[in-house]
Amino acid sequence: MSTLFLPAADLSPPGTGQRDMRRLIARHRIWDRLFGLLGVLALLFALLVFALLFGQMLVNGLPQLSWDFLTSFPSRRAASAGILSAWVGTVLVMLVTALVAVPLGVGAGIYLEEYAPKNLLTDIIEINVTNLAGVPSIIYGLLALGLFVYQFGLGHSIAAAGLTLALLILPVVIVATREAIRTIPQQIREGAYACGASKWQVVAHHVVPYSLPGIMTGVIIGLARAIGETAPIITIGALTFIAFLPPSPFGQPGQLLSFEWLAAPFTVMPIQMFNWISRPEAAFQANAAAAGLVLVAMTLSMNAIAIWIRYYFRQKIKW
Amino acid sequence: MNRLLRQSTLPALGFLAILSFAPAVAAAPAVVKIDGSSTVFPITEAVAEEFQKAKKGAVNVTVGISGSGGGFKKFCRGEIDLANASRPILRKEMDDCAKAGIRYYEMPVAYDALTVMVHPQNSFIKSLSVAELRKIWEPAAQGRIMSWKDVNPAWPDQKIKLYGAGSDSGTFDYFTEAIVGKAKSSRGDYTASEDDNVLVQGISGDKGALGYFGFAYYIENQKKLKAVAIDGGKGPVAPTPENVDNGSYQPLSRPIFIYVNEKSLERPAVREFVEFYMKNAAPLVKEVKYIPLPARAYTGNLEHLARKKLGTVFGGQNEVGLTIEQLLKREAQL
Repeated sequence: MSTLFLPAADLSPPGTGQRDMRRLIARHRIWDRLFGLLGVLALLFALLVFALLFGQMLVNGLPQLSWDFLTSFPSRRAASAGILSAWVGTVLVMLVTALVAVPLGVGAGIYLEEYAPKNLLTDIIEINVTNLAGVPSIIYGLLALGLFVYQFGLGHSIAAAGLTLALLILPVVIVATREAIRTIPQQIREGAYACGASKWQVVAHHVVPYSLPGIMTGVIIGLARAIGETAPIITIGALTFIAFLPPSPFGQPGQLLSFEWLAAPFTVMPIQMFNWISRPEAAFQANAAAAGLVLVAMTLSMNAIAIWIRYYFRQKIKW
Repeated sequence: MNRLLRQSTLPALGFLAILSFAPAVAAAPAVVKIDGSSTVFPITEAVAEEFQKAKKGAVNVTVGISGSGGGFKKFCRGEIDLANASRPILRKEMDDCAKAGIRYYEMPVAYDALTVMVHPQNSFIKSLSVAELRKIWEPAAQGRIMSWKDVNPAWPDQKIKLYGAGSDSGTFDYFTEAIVGKAKSSRGDYTASEDDNVLVQGISGDKGALGYFGFAYYIENQKKLKAVAIDGGKGPVAPTPENVDNGSYQPLSRPIFIYVNEKSLERPAVREFVEFYMKNAAPLVKEVKYIPLPARAYTGNLEHLARKKLGTVFGGQNEVGLTIEQLLKREAQL
């Protein structure tokens, strides 16, 4: 537009050029506003859809939600059915997932960004990691069924499920870690080296702490994806009816920590919801909605923890 | 910076603290593992719930859903103690079990009536014959039978919209075998879903609709649907528990089973569970909207246990139109 306008201005008598310019600016402003409006509409549409879905879930599920609902096992009677085994299962599986995926993912990201030499092998790894993020989750489930459940003999256990989901979110964590590390200015590293820091010191004292907010965002996106996954968990043999809890990690007296719960059978929230939704009795639909609310609350509280950590560390960073 | 790193472990510790919610368990209780059909799931779930209550936590029962086929796979690998199945064990699965040295008892636990339904405002359909259903559902009907008039010239020229089970379910296998005459042989241009609630929604929202699924879903949605009486050659018969009981609702009545691993029965927990199942099945089956077998069927199952009558009465084939009477007279074979 502006290149078309410039020669015309040269030919016009003084004054008209200014008027043309004003008109042009006005026209451009209309486009600006139109695009802004379009953006707001797109945003409103997305929010509206979310609000409708969430609102419906709230209306259906809220009357069902009670302390009993959280502390009861599933039952054939909708009114007395609860999600105790489901939410405990979800928490334990997510714990294993986080404990495995975060150190591995962050470690791999740091290595690729700070240590790895630039060569063909690194390029191949890089392409693979990015592509893995797009592999459908059921594929991870099938892989895990063969590898974790049968090959490693973990069985249909919490450990197998946690490892499967850790595998699933590993690419997300790696990519997020690398993106976060890349945002750190090179001067920081050079400054540290100039003061005599070793490579490890640069990474441990500067690179990792400063990129932690970004890393945490990636971890939470990954965990939020994992918490809602159903397909790979069903593939590796999660149960539908289970009316007991895994053994407690602080179980037997005289024993500091017990790891028996890792081998315990389990179910998770999305499977419980799916089972209730496909029941003939309408009352179970309300239970499914209530379980959905709890699942959303779990995801949101995970996000809240991440936001808090991010805020906490941002405050500490002084460049 | 060290302080910074140390503090980052705090949230992780907080997460760990959540774990202390899980109550301590003194001794590891015995476990009964069950998996298989989603059709049988509600019954076994109800029994498991009551059994665990009765045993006060001394025995843990787990029930999974991986379909009749998936259940048998696990069963013949010896991973589970009981398999839920909405159809008899097939020849290939019998071979798998034999190879793994797994011997089993077959126990019918209830009957299900596959119910054919139309929109409640449909006034011209009261009953359908098996021949008419075949005309609608056979593969050759695809693209040809599109209106009710195409089935019977006396019916109005209204578009026929079909709803049915997804091709992975035992319901689909049974319906196609009973109606078309060959398992898995069906027209493809219908709305298929493994989730029967989707089918309920579809049929109740479409005036020209016709669909089929298990009896329990019909009973829970009677106001939204109209069940069609089925004429299997002896006049139209409505899908009711009585008609399934007396064997007249044919060929769409089908028995559903549990299979019990003989080895597992050596464990007292499994034996007690199976005995509890047979003693308490009738009222629980009714509660979850299936059709219970006569009392002697359940005692008969326990007699088979006592007399070690192993194996299946079906010889590795699915059969349609078997009444309760005929089923109970059969002799089991491995």
